[in-house]
Amino acid sequence: MGQADQREELAGSTPDLFSKFDPIIQQRETLLSRGLTDPFGLVMEKVISPTRAICSGRDTILLGTYNYMGMTFDPDVIAAGKDALDNFGSGTTGSRVLNGTYRGHRECEDALKEFYGMDHAMVFSTGYQANLGIISTIAGKGDYIVLDIDSHASIWDGCALGNAEVVPFKHNDIEALEKRLKRIPEGAGKLVVLEGVYSMLGDIAPLKDMIGVAKANGAMVLVDEAHSMGFIGEHGRGVAEAQGVLDQVDFVIGTFSKSVGTVGGFCVSNHPSFEIMRLVCRPYVFTASLPPSVVATAATSIRKLMHAGKKRAHLWENSRTLHSKLKALGFQLGTAEPQSAIIAVIMPDLERGAAMWEALLHEGLYVNLARPPATPAGMTLLRCSLCAEHSAEEVETIVGMFERAGKAVGII
Amino acid sequence: MAEASPLQDSIGKFRMDRAETDARIRTLIEPFNKKGVTIGDSSSFANDLEFDSLTVMDFVAAIEDEFDIIISMNQQAEIETYGQLVDAVCKLADGAGA
Repeated sequence: MGQADQREELAGSTPDLFSKFDPIIQQRETLLSRGLTDPFGLVMEKVISPTRAICSGRDTILLGTYNYMGMTFDPDVIAAGKDALDNFGSGTTGSRVLNGTYRGHRECEDALKEFYGMDHAMVFSTGYQANLGIISTIAGKGDYIVLDIDSHASIWDGCALGNAEVVPFKHNDIEALEKRLKRIPEGAGKLVVLEGVYSMLGDIAPLKDMIGVAKANGAMVLVDEAHSMGFIGEHGRGVAEAQGVLDQVDFVIGTFSKSVGTVGGFCVSNHPSFEIMRLVCRPYVFTASLPPSVVATAATSIRKLMHAGKKRAHLWENSRTLHSKLKALGFQLGTAEPQSAIIAVIMPDLERGAAMWEALLHEGLYVNLARPPATPAGMTLLRCSLCAEHSAEEVETIVGMFERAGKAVGII
Repeated sequence: MAEASPLQDSIGKFRMDRAETDARIRTLIEPFNKKGVTIGDSSSFANDLEFDSLTVMDFVAAIEDEFDIIISMNQQAEIETYGQLVDAVCKLADGAGA
């Protein structure tokens, strides 16, 4: 056996399976050797509210969570979770199709059907699994998946898990989508996969036009509304609702780990045969269902989000204020206008991005450092996601922190 | 797909030989061949041409538009060299009008 920190000798000339990670190990060591805090090793020691936590002993404003609607500490949500823990126990220890469907799972699916005004809802254990399961199951051998090149990893992995032909098109390019759809051989099944909000730059998709093109070419449409649920659209149903085309979306994928404030994923649909998914979708069948407390908090939160118009308005106000003030300070932003609760600040390179991230942390502000391969076009981003619970004063404080850190690092 | 059929039929009439396809792809690859690598059938996209994933996407889109074909990611995975690409395009462009 090899000693700690020494590579085990493998017989013959067999390569170490880990040698493929050498470049990223090297890049990481170079970055950390300059004395920077590890951007991917942050620990929150205490969480005070949806917008505040203690990180490394420091009171920190959270501007890099997906807690858009601030539901994680909602008293009704917490009470529902505690009640479910007391009455149904800590976990289901089983698949949804065997012993893992409790009353709470059904109630959660009922809340989703009501929230979206759709006939069917299926709850998965994570949002990742919802994309993985639905995409890999409905698009089979000989079918075509046409998807935006900037799609989330869970969408790409759903494509990789299935057997369909995978055809990407340039981000948000309606013409590129249409050309590809028209070239698909006659008789092949077609699934167009889009997102409402693209989470790296916080830009939205022209869903109305894209769905129009998809439908004109006989495709079914799946839209991932993970980053828009609860916030965008009159009822918080997402970008498709805001653009008036939700009725043309065949499958909406979403998550509980953003606005809903817990963990889990789902698909809602009006497809008349949708319920068969429960038997044929492997990432749904071959995993344990969500704990009772999680589905109870999710259902309570979803029902409250139906009537969260005031919170939505305040979150929009926060997004507009932060966007305009950062722009005025001279930062380069991912979108010309605020389109979602995500504001991406574009960094000149990974080194200065990491330095800026650390300077903000010292100011008492947490944002996400995002870098390739998660980001488009090899960009390094400081991704800010606002919360409906950020006060107007907090947003002003955040702007001041950005100004000081940006000047210290030499970005503005 | 009724609208697409006449378009595909007209393209099917142009049964291209390999040399012509090669010449058209050579023109398309020029702006992507930033280091001016001499390209032969055995030139590899990842190693000789050093194409990253973004370059691959733009280059594939250019070829797809030129020949009015789809080269799915599944098919792209099988194409490592320039020669394999020319062969694949010949086959796909031929099939489009079949």
